Amino acid sequence: MMSPLMAGAARYQRALDLTLLMLAIVALWQFFFVIGGTTALASPWAAAKNAYTILGSGRFWGNAKTTLLAFGIAVAIEIVAGIGIGILLGLRKMAGDVLEPLLAALYSIPKLMFFPVVTLFCGIGLWSAVVFGILHGIISIILFTMSAVRNIKMVYLKTGRVMNLTTLQMMTTIAFPGALPEIFTGLRIGISASLIGVILCELFGSSKGVGFLLMNAMENNITVDISAYTLILIAFAILVSGALMAIDEHLHKRL
Amino acid sequence: MHKPNAASAKTTSAVAALPDLVTLTDINHVFPARAGAPSVRAVGPLSLSIKKGEFFSVVGPSGCGKSTLLEIVAGLIAPTEGKVEFDGRPVTNRVPDGIGVVFQEDASFPWLTVWDNLIFGLKRRGVPGDVARDKVEWALNLTSLGGFRNAYPAQLSGGMRQRVCIARTLVMEPRLILLDEPFGALDQQTRLLMGDETLNLWRATGATIMLITHALDEAAMLSDRVGIMSARPGRFIEVVETGWSADRDSRIATSENFGALTAHLWSCLRDESIRASHESEKAR
Amino acid sequence: MSRLTQIRVLLLLAIVAVLEVCCRTGLINNYNLIPPSQMVSALFDLLRAGAVNIEMARTLGAIAIAVVLAIIVGLFVAVVLHALPRLRRAIDPVLATYYSVPIFVFYPLFIVIFGLNDRPKVLIGFMLAVVNVIASTLNGLDRVPNVLRKTAKVLQLSRYEVVRDIILPSAAPNIFTGVKLAIAHAFVGVLAAEFILSTGGLGYQISYAFHDFNNREMYAILLLILIIVAVVNSFLLAWERRLRQRRGLV
Repeated sequence: MMSPLMAGAARYQRALDLTLLMLAIVALWQFFFVIGGTTALASPWAAAKNAYTILGSGRFWGNAKTTLLAFGIAVAIEIVAGIGIGILLGLRKMAGDVLEPLLAALYSIPKLMFFPVVTLFCGIGLWSAVVFGILHGIISIILFTMSAVRNIKMVYLKTGRVMNLTTLQMMTTIAFPGALPEIFTGLRIGISASLIGVILCELFGSSKGVGFLLMNAMENNITVDISAYTLILIAFAILVSGALMAIDEHLHKRL
Repeated sequence: MHKPNAASAKTTSAVAALPDLVTLTDINHVFPARAGAPSVRAVGPLSLSIKKGEFFSVVGPSGCGKSTLLEIVAGLIAPTEGKVEFDGRPVTNRVPDGIGVVFQEDASFPWLTVWDNLIFGLKRRGVPGDVARDKVEWALNLTSLGGFRNAYPAQLSGGMRQRVCIARTLVMEPRLILLDEPFGALDQQTRLLMGDETLNLWRATGATIMLITHALDEAAMLSDRVGIMSARPGRFIEVVETGWSADRDSRIATSENFGALTAHLWSCLRDESIRASHESEKAR
Repeated sequence: MSRLTQIRVLLLLAIVAVLEVCCRTGLINNYNLIPPSQMVSALFDLLRAGAVNIEMARTLGAIAIAVVLAIIVGLFVAVVLHALPRLRRAIDPVLATYYSVPIFVFYPLFIVIFGLNDRPKVLIGFMLAVVNVIASTLNGLDRVPNVLRKTAKVLQLSRYEVVRDIILPSAAPNIFTGVKLAIAHAFVGVLAAEFILSTGGLGYQISYAFHDFNNREMYAILLLILIIVAVVNSFLLAWERRLRQRRGLV
């Protein structure tokens, strides 16, 4: 066990590291700005100021709503479907063995190639972003859930049987809590990937969303807007993944 | 009847007359404090000389600093205080020529075949190809690994992998071989056989051997002298001379003297082992 | 062929057959999806005409450059970070969140900086690939048994020899995993960049055919990319399995 004093020192150290890291990134940005000049990218200060202005505008929030809606629907669907399919494949050994390498192969294929296919079927708009998001995220959720279900220790299930639990009780009190940390790792990776998928879809071709705003700024060659939207998108992605990572870490602490 | 000699310095013996190969003078070693752990005095004060050509074993309770002592002799660790000399020359923070080490953990290179493992050190020393090949053949025969020259370590058992490490040490023709519990992870029967083989290698190479072990019977059977270490910080309580002839093997384990010797080692170590296990409980 | 592989092949054939039937009977509109058999014949036509060869070379060339750069830079950065734990701890959040950041959003920026040529897409492929190499190599370096480092000291190896002859070979299985992931990510990066905005390459060809409503050609190129990725993947997997078997890791 670490003493509270040392834990405090470790936390201070971490905060210091993080601050230094941010400063280093901003310094690097400034360096590129000085080298590249205003035609290439905006200075960190100008980008941040512009991002602040953008965050106060109604136009941005209208588009952000579209992005968030697509992201939310994609996540909701992939959580339910991904965990469901994962549990099924985890329990059915044969089906799992047959499909696992296929899913792994699918995982390594560049999903973005299917963008034209998705738009052909769903048209340009909300639903193609949703489908594209799901396409990016669901496979890791299935694979992690399947592995989590397979890794549930037999001795726990035997203990449950000794205690005369019903199947439902076994599921809710033993199988799910035991498998949760690994399932969540899959969710974390999948959800982050889905956000990338949604933004990619908006970049490729859309008429709404934050990705569309970025593409628009790029087509009109407005450097300060490109830098600001890039900043906003990255900050949001880091926020989402940071929150998911904190939960993930918390769940794994008990193991 | 031979009786194991306590305080060998007092008696004139065959071993004492041999010239020194390693001398340790007033050694102390302290591991500095690390995050969450205070500094630890591991070894000392301690002085010792290992004679040319002898088989010297070190026994002691777990955590007494046996391995630290070996690494100090090897030049892998520089002691905080004291002087280490090998063949008359001071050992400073690097491993001198002429010292080979076999560790307890498997140190065979899993990415190389047995043959390539053995020739590895010779190549880096710039030994010409045909000479190196002869040496590797010699070491393969000595360790009965001839049939496995093209195998990868992963295809061998733990005992065979340890042989690879021993053979890889032998090809370098060290004058001093340091063995850090090399058979610790093996089963009892394999250990007895490996003990016999170690004696054969010792006779065939004429090298000096320093063996670290926690097995009293192993130390009693193999050694010319056995150094008994105290609980941490490790010091020598006593150095016992066994008086075995040079052509000994594991069959001496049935002799009366062997029983007396092992009993003597245990009577020296019992209190220290109890002390060591209490210490480690406290540290938890 | 094992029974599982047989079932897998049958399953894939069944899916293709169902698609074929659905497309032929008009259950799936041919404006959306063309029958798999037509994709194959379109790909044959395309390859025979030699129209895509140069685009294929361009894409694969960009991927190769991105991967080679990622391996060199990744190995170097990993070895340095491993030697400097303080710096590594500071950089760790970047490595941990890297793959949740849409690297593609930098693409417009790179085009502005480098112009509309092959460099921005190589850079995107490199950026997506390099962190795989760094993370896996660090993972491998962490697992180098201490006893091997001690052995290196006993054998009196120099610092450079220790890295070249002990540490990198010992970490090789992990490094290989990193390279495998790097290649997959470089494919994603380069193809996506070509698709978003570029002057050539397979990704550009898909985008062009798509906007030209030329489904036949689009699906042919999609199929081509699938085949390339599948071949590269299975080659890497087989190699990895052999490597791990030899090291007793399977």
